[in-house]
Amino acid sequence: MMHCIRSVARELLGLIVDDGSFAGAIAVWLAICIMALPRVAAGAHWAGPTLFAGLALILIESVLRFARRKK
Amino acid sequence: MSFGPQHLAAMRMGTTLLVAFLASIVECVEALTVVLAVGSVRGWPSALAGTASALVTLAAIVAALGPALTRIPLHLIQLAIGAMILLFGLRWLRKAILRSARLIALHDEATAFAKNTAALRGNILVEKPRWDKLAFATAFNITMLEGTEVVFIVIALGAGGRELMWTASLGAVAALLAIVALGLALHRPLARVPENTLKFIVGVLLSAFGTFWVGEGSHIAWPGGDLSIPVLMAAYLVLALALVPLCRASAQPVAEGE
Repeated sequence: MMHCIRSVARELLGLIVDDGSFAGAIAVWLAICIMALPRVAAGAHWAGPTLFAGLALILIESVLRFARRKK
Repeated sequence: MSFGPQHLAAMRMGTTLLVAFLASIVECVEALTVVLAVGSVRGWPSALAGTASALVTLAAIVAALGPALTRIPLHLIQLAIGAMILLFGLRWLRKAILRSARLIALHDEATAFAKNTAALRGNILVEKPRWDKLAFATAFNITMLEGTEVVFIVIALGAGGRELMWTASLGAVAALLAIVALGLALHRPLARVPENTLKFIVGVLLSAFGTFWVGEGSHIAWPGGDLSIPVLMAAYLVLALALVPLCRASAQPVAEGE
């Protein structure tokens, strides 16, 4: 049973994780936004764009880091 | 001119049908966009199987729970599925940017072919995988999420009585059939779009939908509500297109198919 659960979890993780630090950074940013934004910016129209901005920065950092490594 | 109770009831049913159709078609178009893109890039059998499985699962849940479904907090479903779609999407978009910048091989198929050839030379029989888990999971998730919204719309519009529930359901089914017809008409022209362009588009679409649903699910406000989705798509597209030359500039590219 445990083996089955472990392999399902591994399969699922494989679908969403390509670069560990990239997926980790997204997860951390989502956790921060989910916990903090509804409290500090309830109903504020900049809350959504803030969520996007963080994700965009994570994407920029990840692809540029990859590119620099290829130098 | 005065309206009797029968006229008023007919008008109410007509309005319910129209509203259910229009509201459902918006949700179905959102799901269709992603399923078409995923099917074109990763293959139709897995994408269609994911969609069909989600519809069957949804039908089973509706049959089992009925109106009690409205007690499940929608925002939790939006948050969980949105986060998963976002992780798929950003991973996909990152790879598409790196491919377009020629930092990773443009064709995964070339690598797969080389591996298969090497395996065959070693007398090992390798079959082409027929099951694409990523395509299945993506199509399943998006259909499940948008389908749940349609169910909530039908339940909300049909709350006034059994007849209204049937009318709202009819509107939703008509929307689904219209979208299936649209999908059948569009899937062939889509096949002519270059593979990496499609992968780029899928990454943009999934990232935009995922970001929007995570926001909705955690009660984060979006300016313009649902209209934020096309804005997010445009923002991710502009960002990704801008990143391609930046990546090229910061690295030494590899040859195509490497």
